[in-house]
Amino acid sequence: MILRHPVLYIILAFAAIMVWLPLHGNNVSLREDLILVAIAVILASNLNLMIGYTGYVNFGHIVFYGLGGYIGLYLAAEKGWNLVLAALLAGVGVSLFALVLGLGILRLRGAYFALATIGILVAVQSFVANFDPWGRSTGLYVSFDAYEKLGGARHALWVTYFLVIAVMALSMILSLGIKMSKFGLGLFAIREDEGAAVVLGVNTTVYKAIIYSVSAFLPAVAGALMFYKNGMIDPSIAFEFMLSLEGIVMLMLGGKGTVIGAALGGGLYEKLRSYLLTSPKLSNFHLVIAGGLLLVVVLFAPGGLIGWLYKAVPRSRKVLE
Amino acid sequence: MMPLLEVSGITKRFGGLLAVSDVGFTVGEREILGLIGPNGAGKTTLFNLVNGVIKPDKGTVKFCGQDITSHPPNEVVHLGLARTHQIVKPLHGMSVLENVIVGACFGRDYLHLRPARKVAMEVLERVNLADHSDKAASSLTIAGKKRLEVARALAANPKLLLLDEVLAGLNPTEIEYMIGIVRGIRDSGISVFMIEHVMQAIMSLSDRLVVLSFGQKLAEGTPLEVARDPQVIEAYLGDPDIATKLKEKN
Repeated sequence: MILRHPVLYIILAFAAIMVWLPLHGNNVSLREDLILVAIAVILASNLNLMIGYTGYVNFGHIVFYGLGGYIGLYLAAEKGWNLVLAALLAGVGVSLFALVLGLGILRLRGAYFALATIGILVAVQSFVANFDPWGRSTGLYVSFDAYEKLGGARHALWVTYFLVIAVMALSMILSLGIKMSKFGLGLFAIREDEGAAVVLGVNTTVYKAIIYSVSAFLPAVAGALMFYKNGMIDPSIAFEFMLSLEGIVMLMLGGKGTVIGAALGGGLYEKLRSYLLTSPKLSNFHLVIAGGLLLVVVLFAPGGLIGWLYKAVPRSRKVLE
Repeated sequence: MMPLLEVSGITKRFGGLLAVSDVGFTVGEREILGLIGPNGAGKTTLFNLVNGVIKPDKGTVKFCGQDITSHPPNEVVHLGLARTHQIVKPLHGMSVLENVIVGACFGRDYLHLRPARKVAMEVLERVNLADHSDKAASSLTIAGKKRLEVARALAANPKLLLLDEVLAGLNPTEIEYMIGIVRGIRDSGISVFMIEHVMQAIMSLSDRLVVLSFGQKLAEGTPLEVARDPQVIEAYLGDPDIATKLKEKN
């Protein structure tokens, strides 16, 4: 089924372009731009599984990214593990953490769930800031010779870039696969009316816990790769609440509940953000823009860009998921 | 023969209010059991107790000989007991067809998407919603939404169907159509347990009736027996000659 879906090929083409653009002409600064775009797409896509598919607003989604970063960096830099293995283990570990957590907090609905997710973010941040093996508030660093294993620092940056692009493509394929599956149908039923869903036979408790856990996996892997590439991590950059909020803006902008919308919103917002951040007049103004953007989208185009496209070109609904 | 559904001594208290008190009854194979009573008598609460939406304080619910007391609703559906809601609960953002596919996917047979879609189309034909299958569920009229509720529950391939006021708010033509659907459901071998306020309809549809008032079972019997019961007349019907009148009308 999924092999015949046009969106799968859009995803693969997108990933291929992301690989080709910086490689062509060995453009390192473009690569650094695009890795941020890829990270934004990863975060928005996986957040979409909760907000767009299941209808649960997670304000603390960034906690998975940060924790993944810590576990990955700890294993790869301190314990000398292979990077891919360390990143995968970070993903598995954070997913298990989310599963256990989810079974508890997903009993809450609406605003109470949203509040709980903020609480978790703050709690994890404080815990890590006082956790000795992870360097407390100074965090962890990657010593320069750790990159030797990947053929030196210059080469390591490329390797992590390709890995992040792979995670980005996987995030979108995962979103598409879930959307087309029976599991996804159960999630949509929960989003529309949880009371009706359970009476129709959906095991809402288990479904919610699983999707919460699944939505943690790839962001954690991406966190491990990204912080390893950056060479350092500390509690304030790993668990940045603003980035969590911006994830929600990206999703709303592109169109929650759609595979393409999440990616589009993530990519566009990141481009806008980096433009604003680097422009001398507008730096630090980006959050004002983000807030305004969110307001405009929620008020005038609750379906985001893709929702708008669906209305303008009804046929697109059948092709773009 | 063992009854399909056997409820005994079921009791639920909400704070100081005794919503359902020591109620017991059975539903047999291929039977339509009607549940009537004044507003606030505890009819919907009784439904919620039977399919596990709320847990009883006392009493048991047995379905096909198995104790399902306090089982969560999703497990109850898998065993073959489906229901509709008095206040319709369509999955608004999804199409009519998708709504019914959910019913088929997570019902008794736990179908995969493709066979579920086929079952859903058949059920939509049955309730005459096939022409609307691609529309958003939220765009249906109230009559359409009531039929969607029935379709979704039917898609679960139940042995017993609980219908909570599927006739309320419908015009006479729609009522007649829905009565036909309910009869068809029973004829296909599914038992029905239904709450209804439209007396003429429930009198003609039901094999037996249970009357609930202030959470207690006031009477039980054939429609004629119940309609002649002085207690029922006082509590609910209000007209001593109603039985003969309704009979004449039919």
